[in-house]
Amino acid sequence: MEPVRTVRGKAIPLDRPNVDTDQIIPAKHLKRIERSGYGPFAFEAWRAQPDFVLNNPVYDGARILISRQNFGSGSSREHAVWAIQGLGIDALIATSFADIFKGNCFQGGVLTIELADEDIDYLMARAEELPESELVIDLESQSVSTADGSWSRRFEIDPFRKYRLLRGLDDIGMTLAYERDVTAFEEERDDEAYPRTHT
Amino acid sequence: MSEPRTLAGKVWDQHAVPSPLQEEARIAALGGERGAAQGERPDLLYIDLHLVHEVTSAQAFEGLRMAGRSVRRPDLTLATVDHNVPTIGRDQPNPDPVSATQIATLQQNAKEFGVPLFDIFDIRQGIVHIIGPEQGYTQPGMTIVCGDSHTSTHGAFGSLAFGIGTSEVEHVLATQTLRQVRPKMMSVEVTGELGPGVTAKDVILAIIHEIGVHGGIGHIIEYRGPVIQALSMEGRMTVCNMSIEAGARAGLIAPDETTFAYMEDRPQVPAGERWERALDRWSRLATDDGAAFDTEVTVDGSQIVPYVTWGTNPSQSVRVTDRVPDPQGMPTETEREATRRALEYMDLAAGTPIREIRIDRVFLGSCTNGRIEDLRSAARVVSGKHVAEGVRAMVVPGSGLVKQQAEREGLDAVFTRAGFEWRDAGCSMCLGMNPDILLPGERSASTSNRNFEGRQGPGGRTHLVSPEMAAAAAVAGHFVDVREVMSWSR
Ligand code: SF4
Repeated sequence: MEPVRTVRGKAIPLDRPNVDTDQIIPAKHLKRIERSGYGPFAFEAWRAQPDFVLNNPVYDGARILISRQNFGSGSSREHAVWAIQGLGIDALIATSFADIFKGNCFQGGVLTIELADEDIDYLMARAEELPESELVIDLESQSVSTADGSWSRRFEIDPFRKYRLLRGLDDIGMTLAYERDVTAFEEERDDEAYPRTHT
Repeated sequence: MSEPRTLAGKVWDQHAVPSPLQEEARIAALGGERGAAQGERPDLLYIDLHLVHEVTSAQAFEGLRMAGRSVRRPDLTLATVDHNVPTIGRDQPNPDPVSATQIATLQQNAKEFGVPLFDIFDIRQGIVHIIGPEQGYTQPGMTIVCGDSHTSTHGAFGSLAFGIGTSEVEHVLATQTLRQVRPKMMSVEVTGELGPGVTAKDVILAIIHEIGVHGGIGHIIEYRGPVIQALSMEGRMTVCNMSIEAGARAGLIAPDETTFAYMEDRPQVPAGERWERALDRWSRLATDDGAAFDTEVTVDGSQIVPYVTWGTNPSQSVRVTDRVPDPQGMPTETEREATRRALEYMDLAAGTPIREIRIDRVFLGSCTNGRIEDLRSAARVVSGKHVAEGVRAMVVPGSGLVKQQAEREGLDAVFTRAGFEWRDAGCSMCLGMNPDILLPGERSASTSNRNFEGRQGPGGRTHLVSPEMAAAAAVAGHFVDVREVMSWSR
């Protein structure tokens, strides 16, 4: 994975709560066995409506998406993250995120930033009124700011996740470093207490 | 005596790999600051059972291949095909080449990595959350994961079971562990007693209505109380299944005599002395008296009636005796707007009585309600009757064995005489991936778990209900209060 340090860009205001993964990428596009190529199908049904915010060319090239509570609810499909990355989005700002989706974003290096309702209200309004204005997200200092520096907020992130994102470390590689511990655990474990799938 | 612990807390503690090395590395990673290392802390959880299906695994196996890694414990891994298999005409070549490739890819990966597979013609094939319990692979006190959000179903047995994404699937395949931050604990207690004609599905819809689709974020829910204890194992699976619809990471229920009676004699469940030892272990899992939950919710079970969703998320539901709500009645502008959007999508006018909503399609199946008891309950409602004119109804059993059992009991004949289609096992119209979909504008009564926009096909409109309610709607052509059309003697 590539290290993630800062994201700077325009922000798309997707002012809806509970945006679910079936909207982000419909099931009929989950048949492929690749990790990329999902961008064109992201929000397919909503993009069919001309007034949908993603169809507004002023947001072309945006790297940030702003939404409301429970963003990414629903299925565990990581295709939803791949679809969002396919749109060129590298960071999401919302009141809250669904747990599995948030984990998937972390895996793909997409930042998920949770802010209070009133901050989301502010950013949403700003992105609507000043679509060209940019936001700057800095992971090291855990801050989101307007590019002109007039507004800034701190966001929380688990220190372990932050460490990994800043260095672009491979999660599996990191865990394999604890192989000895896992083997010791397996040896201690009461093997007969658990079913085996090899029959 | 140690601190009183919750059921989920005990299972978690038993599976967190002790790792002095990990601890040191973590502190070093944080620049040696012990202070900063506090708060959230991902544990390395050992995984006892990893279930795999065709849609979320291909990229994970490909990742292993590219890194030259193998599957650490194929003997703790089980694969099946369910999401994207046809439910009709399986002896014919798959008409969709992309789907055919996805299925063939899992077959190839299972072979190459030595993972057992319940393949398409195996009688044990079925929805991944149905086959685990059915075979007895799902047991109390285990950690179970799958690249599927409804893995919470297995929590009905007192196991800690949750959905993961494809990168995490790859992580579990490679390491048999998962790095997870310990969630918060929520207790949902359902008091009282259910009335006749009220089912586990109505219980979970009522709970989601109460706590909202985001109420469970960051939590594991333990379902407790007399109503939960009185549910059958199949009913408990229905409840745990939809934990994710309340935003929760997992949902579980303490194992008890009902659990053990259901498990006994299943193929993978230990017998003899090992069974006795297992019972002893499992009986100690229940939440200790005095254990603390981060959040506590109580729902009065005697007030629960059959529920019907009217909107585009599973918390947007009302009692069958109610009407479609008015957006003006919602507390915030965001909710008013969301309700307006949902009603527009669903083509419903505020104030319409639920029982006047006409339907085009009925879907009986899914990991929520595709088990044998669900089919029996629905069959009792349709027996001797016929699907209303203009309604197309289908039954998709949750597994090959559910289908076989239903046929032994003659349920297939009850359904087909009533005008239902009788299909092969799979996810089918629950997610609209294979050709079993709603057409734009069609309205369904569905026993599945998600009524998101387009979930059952682009432009389709889904109402979530219990199997009994779906069956009654199929016969009437519109929603009815199933308590009025049946005499409930149980
Ligand atoms: S039946 Fe539906 S919810 Fe269950 S695993 Fe299949 S697609 Fe997912």
